[in-house]
Amino acid sequence: MQKTLDQFVIGEHGVVRAVTGEGKIKRRLFDMGITPGAEIMLRKKAPLGDPLEITVRGYELTLRITEAQCVTMLTPENETESTAGVAK
Amino acid sequence: MKRFALAGNPNCGKTTLFNSLTGSTAHVGNWPGVTVDKRDGVYKKCAEPVAIIDLPGIYSLSPYTPEEVIARNYILDEKPDCVINIVDATNLERNLYLSTQILEMDVPVVIALNMMDAVEKAGDKIDAKELEKRLGVPVVKISALKEQGLHDLMERAFAESQKERKGTTVLQDTPLAHLIGDVKIALAGQKVANPLFHAIKLVEGDEIEVDMHKETLEMVSEFKETFSDEIFGNDFEALVADGRYKYISKHFAPVLERRSKEKFQMSRSDKADRVLTNRWAGIPIFLVILFAIFHLTFSEDFLYLGAIFGLPDLETLGLLTAEGAPLNYGVRWLACIYDGALFSPGVIINNIWNDMLVGELFGWIQGLVESSGMAGWAVGLINNGIIEGLAAVLSFLPPILVLFLFFSILEDSGYMARIAFILDRMFRRFGLSGRAFMPMIMGFGCSVPAMINTRTLADEKERTATVRVIPFFSCGAKLPILTAVAGAILMAFNSGNGSADLITYAMYILGIVVAILSVLLMRGTTLKGETPPFIMELPAYHAPQFKNLMLHLWDKTKHFVKKAFTIILASTIVIWFLTHFSFAWKFLEDEQINESILAGLAQLLQPLFTPVGFGSQLGEYGWVFVVAVVAGLIAKENVIATFATLGACLMAFGGLDFSSIGGLDAIMGDDTGITAVWAMIMATNITIPGLISFIAFNMLTIPCFAAVGTAKSELGDKKRFNFTLLFWVAASYITACAVYTIGSWWWTLFIWLAVVAAVVTVIVFYNKGKIKLNLRNKGAK
Repeated sequence: MQKTLDQFVIGEHGVVRAVTGEGKIKRRLFDMGITPGAEIMLRKKAPLGDPLEITVRGYELTLRITEAQCVTMLTPENETESTAGVAK
Repeated sequence: MKRFALAGNPNCGKTTLFNSLTGSTAHVGNWPGVTVDKRDGVYKKCAEPVAIIDLPGIYSLSPYTPEEVIARNYILDEKPDCVINIVDATNLERNLYLSTQILEMDVPVVIALNMMDAVEKAGDKIDAKELEKRLGVPVVKISALKEQGLHDLMERAFAESQKERKGTTVLQDTPLAHLIGDVKIALAGQKVANPLFHAIKLVEGDEIEVDMHKETLEMVSEFKETFSDEIFGNDFEALVADGRYKYISKHFAPVLERRSKEKFQMSRSDKADRVLTNRWAGIPIFLVILFAIFHLTFSEDFLYLGAIFGLPDLETLGLLTAEGAPLNYGVRWLACIYDGALFSPGVIINNIWNDMLVGELFGWIQGLVESSGMAGWAVGLINNGIIEGLAAVLSFLPPILVLFLFFSILEDSGYMARIAFILDRMFRRFGLSGRAFMPMIMGFGCSVPAMINTRTLADEKERTATVRVIPFFSCGAKLPILTAVAGAILMAFNSGNGSADLITYAMYILGIVVAILSVLLMRGTTLKGETPPFIMELPAYHAPQFKNLMLHLWDKTKHFVKKAFTIILASTIVIWFLTHFSFAWKFLEDEQINESILAGLAQLLQPLFTPVGFGSQLGEYGWVFVVAVVAGLIAKENVIATFATLGACLMAFGGLDFSSIGGLDAIMGDDTGITAVWAMIMATNITIPGLISFIAFNMLTIPCFAAVGTAKSELGDKKRFNFTLLFWVAASYITACAVYTIGSWWWTLFIWLAVVAAVVTVIVFYNKGKIKLNLRNKGAK
């Protein structure tokens, strides 16, 4: 099971698996360092719940929930779940 | 002279470096085509003087934002002798992403590793020698702030600029390497300069390149059909971006040795953010800061000390003469700072500037001119036309600068980006992003820098909409119009105390409401489109640099004074001529203004203003308000100056009893324009709704010459600009008409509401197809 970045809770971190979305937005996400393999932590949500603030490649970036939906994440929990699955 | 270009991410210390290198030689101009501030200066300490060109701050060389296109075209077309790529050492990976793209161009490059002091302070280490080896271009450690390593940097850059350099790429390990190589050879065969850079952009499918090299594109398309990557499919743009970052993480990032192994540690900046963008406290703190700024700039009762302690005014203290003038020179200074309440710093600076400096100087010049024995018309031209006009303009310098200082502090400290973060949700409702907030709030200071600031908005439609509504955020120069008319309403109609402030505040609110409605209307009709993305860096907080702030303010002052002495000076002279000469080219005394050319023109236009309350219904002297509006089209500062002239003329001519307010001298000596407007009210019997409509019209209509010029270059497109002018006229006319009719006959409110409802219904029905589509999408989820 995979999660998109907007489903993260504050303080949660994980690794980018894929980035989807329309050309201009996707390019911008890439340019800002959100590429597969990059580690991301959700730092906080704005007072009105949107946009989000994340840490990526050692700096703070803000993006909206709609844009965060374009980012598919692999979380440590996903990993443990899948390894647990294998163990069974 | 050799030319070195400075390139780097926004917020990497580029401006600080530029200021340190060029010092006082810097000057600001515009890029041809698109207006983005272009700054250049001269560095004098190399073997020969070198021109330094500051390129806009960018993250990438994609074709999607105007800044990126400008930077890229500059390096490709203008061929600087060396590119100095400033890299923020505290944020190595993302900064080097841009470097990998610059390195693909056939241009000498030197990397300036900035903010090394901050890296070392955190206990981290960067092996610059190793980075230099891996990048293949010189890497110099600097601290732009402490001016360390700058000379070394320039020496290395100078040495590099003597050499040739061929572009290099970090994409050789990706599956696209062969394709890039083939396309590069093909382009080189066509004698294309910078073949590697163009080849990679072509492979990315970059819009600009695709148009330029149609034939070569086929190579890419053919390859694309047969290619498929497991993650990216055949999205080459993504593959290239990913390739760059992969290479950076693998080969460049290891040069950074972190003291702490914790990846997501709390910095001081994070601790500040815990409070400033706190879920609950964030918005209240923002409102308090905004209020504090306006309080410090405009309040005549600093911290409300006067109201709280009931401090006595100068009259009670016995420091004024019977006529209400200060007793002596010392008291005049005191009056700049205190009168029944301590003034806020902005007001004190303003008073000292206007009463003690500019007022004294101009008064002295006027005295000289009067005693010089020149012809009557020449004295009039110099004293009333030129000097009064200049004084009116220069009097706005202090509030604009103080306001600008505060906004610069917010911007430099990094808080401005947080404001956008906090407010984005709200702005999205209107189809804008939180970033649109910055230019809009700057509009309260001056529309010109505000419009230039819209270039931080990546989306063209958002930018157009923002530029159009910026003038509705009442600028510093419009404030005197508001206070003059509001004060005069108080004086003429004996309304209750404090209502002048209320009128002023209400007009500010009206401006904001009209701006919001206009944006909604535009986004629903002519500027339809997706809400622009909001992917923005939140820079670490840092204390603003005093030197940078001062340079910023100096730029601003130069700009404003230049405006005062050119366009506004010229326009005040033109207006003076139009008011003092008749169609028969005969010189007129002040009081004969009704025979003047301007009065003739205004009388012609007068009927047009009947629906908004200051047209034909005002009778014989009604044209004075039209004259003020026309004068305001050149500069809003003119309106007050025009009030004074018009008021004086009306008093002399209109047979008004003006002994009660202290005669003609009272009008000419009243910088606020209140007395002059009072005279205009007396002569025309204009109603309160008419006056409110008049200020609403002035506030919302076509802004001053300078702002119109800025809008023209910012919008770029002629058709869009013409539509903008029309929009301003329509918005002001309709709003003023609504204000006047509703104010005069309250029941017309229902007619206006019906009209608004009808318009909204039409738009909604027109867009209905799209709305349905959205609903269906939501349902599908």
